[in-house]
Amino acid sequence: MKKTSRRDFLKLAGATGAGLLACGAGNALANEGLQVNNEELGMLYDATKCVGCKACMSACKRVNSDYGSLSYEKAKFDEDGLWDAPSDLSGSTRTLIKLFKESEKRWSYVKYSCMHCQKPSCVSVCPVSAMTKEKISGIVDYNKNTCIGCRYCQIACPYNIPKFQWEKAVPQIVKCDLCKATNLREKGITACAETCPAGAIKFGKRKDLLEEAHQRLKDAPDKYVAHVYGEHEGGGTNHLYLASMPFNKLGLPEIKPEAPAEFSEKIQHTIYKGFIAPVALYSTLCFIAVKNMKKHQGHDDDHKKGDK
Amino acid sequence: MGHSEEFQKLEGKIFTKSFFILLSVVLLGFYFVGVRYVKGIGAVSNMSDGYPWGIWITYDVATGTAIACGGYAVAILVYIRNRMQYHPMIRSAILTSMFGYGLAGFSVMVDLGRPWNAYNFFIPSKWQANSAMFEVALCVMAYSTVLILEFLPAILTSIEKSKWDRMNAIRNWLHPKIAPDKKTMEDKLEMVRLGAAWLNPRLNKVLIFFIVLGITLPTMHQSSLGSLLLIASTKLHPLWHTGFLPLLFLLNCVFIGYSIAILESIISSYSFKRPFEIEELSGLAGLIPFVTVIWLTVVIGDLSYRGQIHAALKGDFYSGWFMTEFLLVAGGSLILFFKKCRRSARWLFISASMIVLGGALYRFNVYLIGFNPGQGWKYFPSFAEVMITVGIVALEILGYKVFVALFPVLPNMDLHGGHKKKGHAKKHKGAEKPLPQTEAHAH
Ligand code: SF4
Ligand code: SF4
Repeated sequence: MKKTSRRDFLKLAGATGAGLLACGAGNALANEGLQVNNEELGMLYDATKCVGCKACMSACKRVNSDYGSLSYEKAKFDEDGLWDAPSDLSGSTRTLIKLFKESEKRWSYVKYSCMHCQKPSCVSVCPVSAMTKEKISGIVDYNKNTCIGCRYCQIACPYNIPKFQWEKAVPQIVKCDLCKATNLREKGITACAETCPAGAIKFGKRKDLLEEAHQRLKDAPDKYVAHVYGEHEGGGTNHLYLASMPFNKLGLPEIKPEAPAEFSEKIQHTIYKGFIAPVALYSTLCFIAVKNMKKHQGHDDDHKKGDK
Repeated sequence: MGHSEEFQKLEGKIFTKSFFILLSVVLLGFYFVGVRYVKGIGAVSNMSDGYPWGIWITYDVATGTAIACGGYAVAILVYIRNRMQYHPMIRSAILTSMFGYGLAGFSVMVDLGRPWNAYNFFIPSKWQANSAMFEVALCVMAYSTVLILEFLPAILTSIEKSKWDRMNAIRNWLHPKIAPDKKTMEDKLEMVRLGAAWLNPRLNKVLIFFIVLGITLPTMHQSSLGSLLLIASTKLHPLWHTGFLPLLFLLNCVFIGYSIAILESIISSYSFKRPFEIEELSGLAGLIPFVTVIWLTVVIGDLSYRGQIHAALKGDFYSGWFMTEFLLVAGGSLILFFKKCRRSARWLFISASMIVLGGALYRFNVYLIGFNPGQGWKYFPSFAEVMITVGIVALEILGYKVFVALFPVLPNMDLHGGHKKKGHAKKHKGAEKPLPQTEAHAH
């Protein structure tokens, strides 16, 4: 009798645990929707205005090289060391201009740098809070003095933005921080936006940038793809894009409007809410194990008595 | 609980040929670890910004700890489901878990770019409870400590019983001038022995609470190892990216754990030339299909719920890996449904290997094979990278061999045979019919 009830209890406990994990999965589907803060700082990059001079790239390196651990890169073809030729964002390069060519007539420049997400995956996963999102400015910042170099932020970022310094014995993560400690602090604007001679990068609050972007779409609907990239992608980003070509061709991935971090956090929270589940699990197991042990010990003693 | 006589040391030499072969593999691995610290991770590994986690995380951490779940799985069986007849298996299972986790921790230190900052895990203001990795890290550290505590009785017992032959031999070998005085040394050693004798029964009293902690913690972090990849919704192939990742990883480590306990027992019986513990093994094997069937059901149910069954049957790269993983686990479990196979060491070995391979492949699929960061990224581990992992595994085997010779870990054969005669086994056996003694030792 006793044995059956304990077994039932075990089953119940097991089922509850599994149910909890399953619940997490279910809960994640119900999206509560996250609050978008349009007061945050961001940039609007208009690919149709960009002339590909790469002044933003060199300005970024000039301004942030010490603070952000950036350096010039030598390409494979460049034996004499005459170019700064990064082939992608890297441990030495925070922002980059690329040129997508569909045909000889149809091409588009595109700029890569951190999107400064509204709900950044990198911040959500960093185990030691080395990635943080500033409350007011919305800047997603990185602190190398706490980073343990686990590279989980790289796994998590859907835009593949954080880069790691693979060749260094003392490496760090490299990514755009809107010149937070350099140009933004000194001049109130990012170095790339300040330098751009074509007005392709506009710096400002997200709400103004969105308004401007939609105005441009309205004024010249033939020129653009009718979409502001970053308005809804992955819960919204503060770095916004306008372009004349489909964004996925420019290397900007198609991302659903739900922030990936919402999904994962909801599951994690369901399981670990108030740490109740683990504590309950532990105490239940203790109860069972101690009882089992007592029974067994009594049993052992009986034996010894019997043997003697 | 006077369980110590239940276990015995393995007689025989430590410094055999295989010892030195393993040792040279370990040394080669550590040479590359040295290179990594001097020249950076890029110098030894093929990891990139697209594939920031390579085999060190995928194998050593995500898969290695599942393979090290033998201790967890057997502890559930013994202490929670009250099957005391499996108690003889527990020490060797815990020992492998201890090495498995310890070395996973070691490879994390090789893998981390800035390991000197790891102290931030202990600073509350830096805690980040949203991060599955934070949870995994704390749990794994706590669990490794618990494993050491669980193993401590074995060490304490052998200190208590030790005659210090080796120490005395070393003393005699040293030059009389530098050798410590015989009397003082004996006194000191006696102190150590008394300390151990004092600690041992006290530890035994509270041990059960650590053992239970040793069951709770893996439940938490094994599921969180699945949660780690929840965030990668755009990169992980839909065959594997699901909200059920934590549940699947938890079930996965349980069936891998039982299968590994079987494999380990068969292999160590074979290589140390001891009789097979077929009685325990077949009972253990009977449990595996329950877990695998739940796992397989969740996998299929989830795929059909998300409308991804077609992706599984597509016949492309991803579906191929998925099918391999799935069929290995399903096939291995199928074998165990036959009672005859559960009684044969060979079939047990085959099916347990299939299940471990399939289960491990599942983890590889989630962490590496099904992970696609976008166009233009490729990953295949480099030689040095593989050698670091191989070196770490070799160290694990080496440590196991040394430990079973130094401490009472393996089941005591004399007592073990007589163990059942006492009638323990029968009483707790439940459904399984005990096997006649002769058959159990037929091999
Ligand atoms: S783009 Fe990537 S690195 Fe930048 S905030 Fe978003 S998740 Fe973080
Ligand atoms: S690499 Fe650094 S910043 Fe990125 S998740 Fe790990 S600790 Fe955080």
